[in-house]
Amino acid sequence: MPAMDHIVLVGASAAGLTAADALRLEGFTGTLTMVGEELCPPYDRPPLSKHVLAGTLEPHKTTLRQDADLQRLRMDLKLGRRATHLDPAARTVTLADGDRLDFDGLIIATGLRPRRLPFGRDLAGVHVLRTLDEALTLRAQLLAGPRVVVIGAGFLGTEIAATTRSLGLDVTLVGIEPTPLAGQLGTQVGGLVADMHQENGVRLCMGRSVTDLLGAGGRVSAVVLDDDTLLPADVVVVAIGSVPAVDWLADSGLPLGDGVLCDSTCQVAPGIYAAGDVANWPHPSPANAPAWNNAPTPPNKPSPPPETSSPDPAARNPMHRSRSGGPTNTTPRSSSMAGARPMPASNTSTATHRHASSLRSTTPAAAS
Amino acid sequence: MKVIIDENKCVGAGQCVLAAADVFDQRDEDGIVVLLNPLPPDDLGAQVEDAALRCPALAIEVVK
Repeated sequence: MPAMDHIVLVGASAAGLTAADALRLEGFTGTLTMVGEELCPPYDRPPLSKHVLAGTLEPHKTTLRQDADLQRLRMDLKLGRRATHLDPAARTVTLADGDRLDFDGLIIATGLRPRRLPFGRDLAGVHVLRTLDEALTLRAQLLAGPRVVVIGAGFLGTEIAATTRSLGLDVTLVGIEPTPLAGQLGTQVGGLVADMHQENGVRLCMGRSVTDLLGAGGRVSAVVLDDDTLLPADVVVVAIGSVPAVDWLADSGLPLGDGVLCDSTCQVAPGIYAAGDVANWPHPSPANAPAWNNAPTPPNKPSPPPETSSPDPAARNPMHRSRSGGPTNTTPRSSSMAGARPMPASNTSTATHRHASSLRSTTPAAAS
Repeated sequence: MKVIIDENKCVGAGQCVLAAADVFDQRDEDGIVVLLNPLPPDDLGAQVEDAALRCPALAIEVVK
């Protein structure tokens, strides 16, 4: 095996950071380079749709490592830089500005990107929520007191509806399934969630899909549903799921399909691994929600000695999950997108949710 | 066993509550950790260790 002197991590969020932690903890003393598309150092995404959007948590509080802890990892942090190409044979990653990074080992942790509607993209007032910047931009718009329509009633959509309603805004939640969270929790619990939203003053349009967004003067003015209902809107939040951020790997030759296909140890090819939401690895559990728990390696505790550890990382952590539900299911999740219909978020929840906080935050009271 | 939390590091992920609900809770207003029991009994040791392990912000320290 060639010397492993330089490991490049592409992706500067939870999975990339956890991988860096694990490498240093396991004694890797070589060069670590982390490439991140956003300008912020690694931060926590789940609060974005809740306390950050509500304005009760200062944005800097989402930072996952304070400066001193980050420096302890001795990483060359390349933030605001986007990887655009991987050559596995030459072992190089190319960045958008043309810089080329040679690596001995590579960890792909580029996560997910929000799915968008095929129309209305040029209209002001149409938002997605995945990054801190997007959360702060949306919050700034909410301060003007707009009428809000949230499209998509999975975890993220219901959270955003609850949070915006807690700010006293006029909020309508649109979802294709009979109840909010039907894909995640079933219609029985989803019905309770629906009741809670309505008691809190969120208007629900369930069992409906969106067919168009109308604009006036370059800004969104209404959401059109499949029964021709017109919902007036000043701000629209699209929360219809997410897709793995693998566009930069399209010509790499790596196996892709609902993420980067890897084995049960997250290896994609010799010396190349995938981690976090972008990794599609075989696992018997049908659990589907993207979560912290699939970060592949414990961040702050040495691994158990080999004789006590299972070769299957899933067996070590019962909360590990795979989006695909198994090695045979590699259909790109976007293939089931029928035109502009908002998808149930069973497979496509955008944020990395922690269930405890997600569930409690579906009520405006808890999100306020 | 003694549990020490660092509120400044906490990002309100809620993983600790899932792992050890008798020891950790979250503030309603911002989701930041609340330590219910800084000296949990030994039979909660595994849960508390798990909570520390899961914390994405490394905000939990367990002293034995």
